[in-house]
Amino acid sequence: MTTIRLSVPETADRGEIIELRAMIQHEMESGFRFGSRGEMIPQDIITKFECFYNGTLVFSSDFHPGVAANPILKFYARANESGSFEFVWTDQNGQSWSDSAQIEVS
Amino acid sequence: MRLLAACFLFVGAACSPQTTQREPDFPIEASLRVSGSSFLTPETVAQQNDDFENPGYLWVERGADLFEQGETSCEGCHKNGLEGVATHYPAFDTGTQTLVNLEGRINLCRTRHQGLTALPYESDQLLSLTAFVAEQSRGLPISVEVTPQTQSAFESGGAYFMTRRGQLNLACTQCHDDNWGKQLRGDTISQGHSNGFPAYRFEWEDFGSLHRRLHDCDTGVRAEPMELGSQTYIDLEFYLAVRASGLELESPGIRR
Ligand code: HEC
Ligand code: HEC
Repeated sequence: MTTIRLSVPETADRGEIIELRAMIQHEMESGFRFGSRGEMIPQDIITKFECFYNGTLVFSSDFHPGVAANPILKFYARANESGSFEFVWTDQNGQSWSDSAQIEVS
Repeated sequence: MRLLAACFLFVGAACSPQTTQREPDFPIEASLRVSGSSFLTPETVAQQNDDFENPGYLWVERGADLFEQGETSCEGCHKNGLEGVATHYPAFDTGTQTLVNLEGRINLCRTRHQGLTALPYESDQLLSLTAFVAEQSRGLPISVEVTPQTQSAFESGGAYFMTRRGQLNLACTQCHDDNWGKQLRGDTISQGHSNGFPAYRFEWEDFGSLHRRLHDCDTGVRAEPMELGSQTYIDLEFYLAVRASGLELESPGIRR
């Protein structure tokens, strides 16, 4: 089970720069660690994060093995219209998780 | 506490039970008692206090979901929430005549009231439920007292704290009572309080119970650690809770 937490303002003025925050529960296993018996722990990481504002990509980021577990991202967008922000994380095997939040722009 | 420790060694011949009913003395006097968060950077404290950026809330949130699930949900019986409950744990359970910690209490509710099996210690579900219950006491002072029923647990927990162990032959008290505030390699030794747990540790890159932390301190001195959830660790947790009484609960805490 994967928990996602989002922080998106519920309302904003048109043209305002808003802060968006997103966190996902994920081990981000780097692939460089060894278990107690010396066996290699296989890599298991999220490789891509994307944020869509009413369907348009407004922010994306590539993750590499150095990213810590349960990554938090904080970034900014300009609030132009009411609608939704969708946040999508995709792992190295193509599995993905997503969640969205609504914003009222006036 | 030095006196009490001596009693542990000489098996209580001179220690009458009445003398121990009063407020126990600890090597660190109450006015100098400080939380482990005083030894963190301001950035880490800020992250701990930010309900969003604190990763421990991933577990609190999951716990909130679990709390509502199933036909006889936890919520069904605990509609008014469990604010303040975590401040008086570990506590004595009269049904089983044992001392239980929060994890143990939650498992008792599962077996006793929900007809479910106990969750394994340190499982994601048990950690999440514990975090959800503990968070409802965030900012409230720990208030655990020794009673006649918990006297022996307090003594065995205290004995564990005072006993040297492991290849390094060190007792908890030597680091956390005698040398707090000093450096141990790159780390600053705190007073070893329990008030931040369950907590998110950067070293673990994960959320974990107090017992997992105790396990780390035991292996740190190259001693054989106890099992998580064992009565030895519950007694030690009880001693730590009395010792931390008055400090605010910070769970979900963030620690190095
Ligand atoms: C060799 C020194 C040493 C010994 C012995 C030791 N610890 Fe620790 N302990 C540490 C260090 C270092 C930390 C991490 C930094 C800190 O103190 O918070 C720590 C952390 C802790 C914490 C978490 C404090 C917090 O706020 O996060 C607790 C609780 C604790 N120890 C309890 C114990 C107990 C109980 C024992 C005995 C079983 C013990 N320690 C033995 C060095 C020690
Ligand atoms: C059918 C009713 C019922 C359900 C369901 C239930 N509990 Fe309880 N709970 C109780 C009762 C009654 C007590 C008082 C102790 C006892 O008699 O077991 C209690 C006590 C507790 C306490 C300690 C309160 C205190 O003041 O010490 C906690 C914490 C708790 N429950 C959490 C939970 C959680 C978490 C769940 C779900 C996993 C749960 N309970 C499910 C009835 C229930």
